[in-house]
Amino acid sequence: MAETKRVVRPPVRPLSPHLQIYRPQMTAISSILTRITGNGMIVGAILMVWWLLAAATGPDYFAFVDGLLHGWIGRIILTGSLWAVWYHYLAGLRHLWFDAGRGLEIETAERLGWACVIGSVLLTVLTFFII
Amino acid sequence: MRYLTDRKRAEGKGASHTGTEHHWYMQASGAALAFIIPVFIIALGRAFGRDHAGVVEFFARPHVAILTGLVLFVSMRHFAKGATMMIEDYARGSTRKALIIAVLSLSYLITATGLFALARIAL
Repeated sequence: MAETKRVVRPPVRPLSPHLQIYRPQMTAISSILTRITGNGMIVGAILMVWWLLAAATGPDYFAFVDGLLHGWIGRIILTGSLWAVWYHYLAGLRHLWFDAGRGLEIETAERLGWACVIGSVLLTVLTFFII
Repeated sequence: MRYLTDRKRAEGKGASHTGTEHHWYMQASGAALAFIIPVFIIALGRAFGRDHAGVVEFFARPHVAILTGLVLFVSMRHFAKGATMMIEDYARGSTRKALIIAVLSLSYLITATGLFALARIAL
């Protein structure tokens, strides 16, 4: 039997154009920002609980942690977390709206994305005025 | 003759392997957070900047302590399930399992620590 060995090559399948090909779009950016802010807020949550634990421990330890949070690095992280809260808040409301089957037309979805970005900055500034 | 119905054979074969409970939990906890987060942010902002005695006095108030505990618990469950979704999108196999266990542990650790601190301040 003269059977030749056949080399099995995987078929060359077309690849779908991905991040490097697509122009960044508002719908995609606003979606990934929801995930980034949602997961990033864990940093702010850890700091807040650490701060609470310090308050429960005593004045000296509290002064140390409170001092760190009031330092410039602390302030940057906390302000970033505040913006993340508001962005995730608005994007979450948008998600509930989408889940109800509304606002899914491309123009509306893009406008809602801008509303989340601009609204979150406005709410962050507003928070500083209220507190 | 098939003894299993089509529905029975299809169950668990979707991307989540479970059904829509996970997504429904995110909607329900998200709606709850939509009500309590703005109040909590303002409360936290007013507490931040006080001295030690002022902060302890602030979180010892029953409604502040209850609100803080509620936000901690609900937001950490919301985070655990949301982070699980992210891990399931990007990681596979044992890495996926290890990361999910880590995220669940972290969320419970934060909840427990926060509730302990609250109890010590408020009780």
